[in-house]
Amino acid sequence: MRLRVFWPVTVAAAALVGLLAYGLVAKRSDTTLDEAVANGARPAAPIASLPWLHTGGQGSLADYKGKVVVLNVWASWCDPCREEVPLLQKTHEKIEPQGGLVLGLDTQDASNKALAFLKERDATFLSLRDRDRAYGREFGVTGYPETFIIDRSGRIAAMRRFPVTQEWLDQHLPKLLAEQA
Amino acid sequence: MKLFAAFAVVLALAAPQASLPDIEDEVMCVECGTVLSVSSSPVAQQERDFIREQIAAGRDKEQIKQALVAEYGEEVLADPGTGGFNLTLWLVPIVIVLLAVAGIGVAYKRWRGAPEDEPELPPPLSPEDARRLDAELGG
Repeated sequence: MRLRVFWPVTVAAAALVGLLAYGLVAKRSDTTLDEAVANGARPAAPIASLPWLHTGGQGSLADYKGKVVVLNVWASWCDPCREEVPLLQKTHEKIEPQGGLVLGLDTQDASNKALAFLKERDATFLSLRDRDRAYGREFGVTGYPETFIIDRSGRIAAMRRFPVTQEWLDQHLPKLLAEQA
Repeated sequence: MKLFAAFAVVLALAAPQASLPDIEDEVMCVECGTVLSVSSSPVAQQERDFIREQIAAGRDKEQIKQALVAEYGEEVLADPGTGGFNLTLWLVPIVIVLLAVAGIGVAYKRWRGAPEDEPELPPPLSPEDARRLDAELGG
């Protein structure tokens, strides 16, 4: 019996399989950055112009070149984020005179809730808004909170996919603050 | 002028009031990737609170959906729209269905017209066999 190949059916089946494969690959979290930082490389931090949470206008990491930036990805509905704010605020106050700062990245959050969240906790560090996590995805962000330390040259020197701890900050910040741009 | 104002008030009263159940099945929970109506995560709760605030402020359904997009981005809408790459989400299923229909059509045509599917006719009888057959049938 002769094997019949009906090309339209074949093309349709191939397209369907291709779509399913794309869906699987696209859903997989990107760990390239994690591996690079773990191996001691300092990949350049992604740059994007985003709206400020507190004020009008736009800002980006590029505005802080020459400073050490603790970039914290947070949302007001995230419980672990709530718990780490006091430590981040304390860190912000401590490193500001040394040319460092904490910069929030408020993500997938209602802006009025986010502002109230910071006010309730007396947090004075500024935050950019990443409303749909498009910027966070460039850092491979999959959950909240996540924190990235950017060196004075705008490169990612350390990262943490969990809430920050004093030990982790002490492990990285002093030597990065001591570096020259 | 008064008549126009009265007409506007009647229209406003006749317009359906936005409701949470009506909106939350057209909106996604942005963190969990499911429709808001079936999600109970903290961000889903925040989205519901946001919708309730908008309803209390007198906004209609479309205005509330626009406000949600302004806060959470396009991905908050369950219906992804037709702009840019989203157009492929609508076109790809249509193309697949068209290709499948074309495939079925071609297959049907081939099955009907396939020569090997028809039963082969026996070779015609030789004159001698025809005579023997007639004799046996007649005899």
